[in-house]
Amino acid sequence: MIDGTVVELSRIQFAATALYHYLFVPLTLGLSFLLAAMETVYVTTGKPIYKQMAQFWGKLFMINFALGVATGLTMEFQFGTNWSFYSSFVGDIFGAPLAIEGLMAFFMESTFVGLMVFGWERLSRGQHLAVTWLVALGSNLSALWILVANSFMQDPQGAHFNPVTLRMELTSFQQLIFSPDAQSKFVHTSIAGYVTGAIFVAGISAWYLLKGRHVELAKRSFRMAALYGVLATVGVITLGDALGFVAAQAQPTKLAAMEGLWKSEPAPMPFNLIAFPDQSLQKNAGAVQVPYLLSLLVTHSLDGSVPGIDALERQATQKVENGIPAVLALKTLSTNPHDPAALAQFKAHEQDLGYGFLVQRYAPDLRHVTPQQVRQAARDSIPPVAAVFWSFRLMVGFGLLMLAYFVLAVIYTLRNRVQDQRWFLRAAVWMIPVPFLANETGWLVAELGRQPWTVFGVLPTWMSASTHSVGYMVFSLAGFVLLYSIFIAVEMALMVRAIRQGPDEPGSGDARSAPRPAIAPRSAYAAPRDPHPEG
Amino acid sequence: MELFATLQVIWWLLLGVLLSGLAVMVGMDMGVGTILRYVGRSDLERRVALNVIGPHWDGNQVWFVLGGGAVFAAFPLIYATAFSGFYVVMLLLLWTMIVRPLGFEYRSKIAHPAWRNVWDWSLFVSGAVPMVVFGAAFGNLFLGVPFHFEWNLTSFYTGSFLALLNPFAILCGLLSLSLSAMMGALTLMNGAEGALHQRARGLAQAAALLAVALFATGGLWVHALPGYQLVSGPGAGVAQTPLQQTVATITGAWQSRFVAQPILWLVPLLGFVGMLGALLAARAGRSHLGWWLGALAWIGVIGTAGVSLFPFLLPSSSDPSVSLTVWNSSSSRLTLLWMLGFALVFVPLILWYTSWAFWVMRGKVRAEQIARDEHAY
Repeated sequence: MIDGTVVELSRIQFAATALYHYLFVPLTLGLSFLLAAMETVYVTTGKPIYKQMAQFWGKLFMINFALGVATGLTMEFQFGTNWSFYSSFVGDIFGAPLAIEGLMAFFMESTFVGLMVFGWERLSRGQHLAVTWLVALGSNLSALWILVANSFMQDPQGAHFNPVTLRMELTSFQQLIFSPDAQSKFVHTSIAGYVTGAIFVAGISAWYLLKGRHVELAKRSFRMAALYGVLATVGVITLGDALGFVAAQAQPTKLAAMEGLWKSEPAPMPFNLIAFPDQSLQKNAGAVQVPYLLSLLVTHSLDGSVPGIDALERQATQKVENGIPAVLALKTLSTNPHDPAALAQFKAHEQDLGYGFLVQRYAPDLRHVTPQQVRQAARDSIPPVAAVFWSFRLMVGFGLLMLAYFVLAVIYTLRNRVQDQRWFLRAAVWMIPVPFLANETGWLVAELGRQPWTVFGVLPTWMSASTHSVGYMVFSLAGFVLLYSIFIAVEMALMVRAIRQGPDEPGSGDARSAPRPAIAPRSAYAAPRDPHPEG
Repeated sequence: MELFATLQVIWWLLLGVLLSGLAVMVGMDMGVGTILRYVGRSDLERRVALNVIGPHWDGNQVWFVLGGGAVFAAFPLIYATAFSGFYVVMLLLLWTMIVRPLGFEYRSKIAHPAWRNVWDWSLFVSGAVPMVVFGAAFGNLFLGVPFHFEWNLTSFYTGSFLALLNPFAILCGLLSLSLSAMMGALTLMNGAEGALHQRARGLAQAAALLAVALFATGGLWVHALPGYQLVSGPGAGVAQTPLQQTVATITGAWQSRFVAQPILWLVPLLGFVGMLGALLAARAGRSHLGWWLGALAWIGVIGTAGVSLFPFLLPSSSDPSVSLTVWNSSSSRLTLLWMLGFALVFVPLILWYTSWAFWVMRGKVRAEQIARDEHAY
């Protein structure tokens, strides 16, 4: 048995490091495409201002990218260090997309990012443009594979449990990567990154416009960001709707928690606009409802309905009872993998194995399980409703706010009047944190809503963690908090400094911003260097 | 051989390729970090050194990430058991490694000497500590680490953090550190001139000499260590857990493979030839040749460990029979097959565009260029 405190501390550490990492990733995803777009305009039109834009936003991109890479290292290894049982239990499936992410995406992104920064005077314009696009492509492919892995945790497709090796194993690679959750989640999440990039660029450009600095660069950047952002926001909301539809099929408990749906109701179901869910009483303390809306939202029809928590808990009770013989059979198979009786018993109950694990938390020896323990396990199968409910509403609220903002931004910028709307420019600066908050709350909906499982319906969180001591976990959590706090302070300071410094304007003074030719000859930098090839 | 067993062996070899890639490519950047304060006496010299690897460290670091991902995908039980067992050491590795990208990116953003000093020391720590940990981890594989499993394969590590830093492991850690410093110095010889080049030249030779001594000492030491031997078990290419085998510890077991097939002595020989060759090449000022010989040295050293330990990947000192081997900790046949497909396509592609990136940025980094280049570190 693993100490419950250790599991909780491991969860806090994972959530903290993942949420932190996830501050930087969406901006990388979004900015990389904006950089590529700016450079494309530069290469096709030859206007130097677009090169200046690509280089300035590229500088901010790199400050963010460094911390994204640094904190990504933690994520790659934390499954092994802190979720040891999880890693051996599903590594056969879950490890593959992570390794492919390295092979196909992260290598490309990281190799070409070096050339993107250092290669301006070494590469032809076309080559440099290609390099920038490869960085954008790499970062987005990287998101694809990470989200394929994540989607396996939400909806384990393409795998089965092998009683001989005592773990989940891959049965279909195609099912794994083309699972509906993986597809809609990838698009939803990466486009959320584009929104983040767009609001970041638009907000900083608005600040320059307010100050009357770098006006030409700021206006053009704002316009590109606004057009990119409005399309992306519409995309995020559309795919978010699709993702809700997928969750209704694959993770009914998550959906019920998102909607605060304690009791099953006949269609058409009302939507809880605001409610105060109480987990112990299993009801909402006060709710503002919109009739019919829930059926429309989650089933896209008026006569569709989804089960409430009461019905889901009843189902879970049956599954727990059915899962107990599966775990008992597995224990026999662990010492004798070919025991025919145990194998037959396992086969008969294997679909509910995970629910057997769920009750093992309360009844380590599954031969004697009380009905009360079964009920407790069934109750555990419901995620923390209030947290999921409110994270979801905050995320959606932020999304709608950003949509309204971008619609206005597009109207103003297309009329070329954005610089006159000072209230709007001020609002644009204040909008910068909003997509970050939306991303974080979105992560909370997805991962809190998955509880009590690390792999939905298959592997409970309580048994997934490594068997560390509480002391080790306190030590590591404290270390991460300390290091990451220093990092964010340093990063924010450098970011603000670089923004205040602004882009290098032609003729503005010091050596670093000395006038540069619009089109650097390819060999300007290479010529004085030793032509001796390396590697 | 059956397909599954063949795939297991191929993935064991690929693991060697990835670890060699990690050691060579990440090792040289970390070596530069380790020796930065010694070879670069002025801020400008240090910036030159950082700019030599500036365009490449990020791509190189992915060997480390890919190494982790590949172990996860191909040998999940190793990923799960080793990384949780080595917890504090892994934290040491991660915490020092995550400082490194910031050291590269943030150091030159502010000119204040105190700021730059802090990052110079960070680069030293984030270069030296991970390389010592990397080597020490290999050292502990020879000794075995204390872990066991519950019936459902929940793993329990029963040793202390300090037990992982035993004399033999530290020797292996220092070997890895000296090889990395040697490669860092050779890289700086390739990309820098003047005093920096000269100091790097001296240091490359010293580090190579130290590596030869440490590798030889380690080889003799292993003779006296008890090795692990698979007595019985389901064998290669059979789905199994580590709960179904018997393992004995026998002094000299780690040499048994070399005794059985003397041609394998060529592997450690390659290590020595690489190190001595790198030493002579550095002395002769032929640093590009030296770099390649240094890479061979790494392959020889990692290959020696792999051959000695095979088929073991992580022996257990407290319960030898649950030792993890290539046969009992690999992924399923289907996963290994898919991953092999991806590796066959993408590893050559990675080597190709990495070479192109090095070719684009070829030549010497000069101090006067850094002073005027706004993109430089």
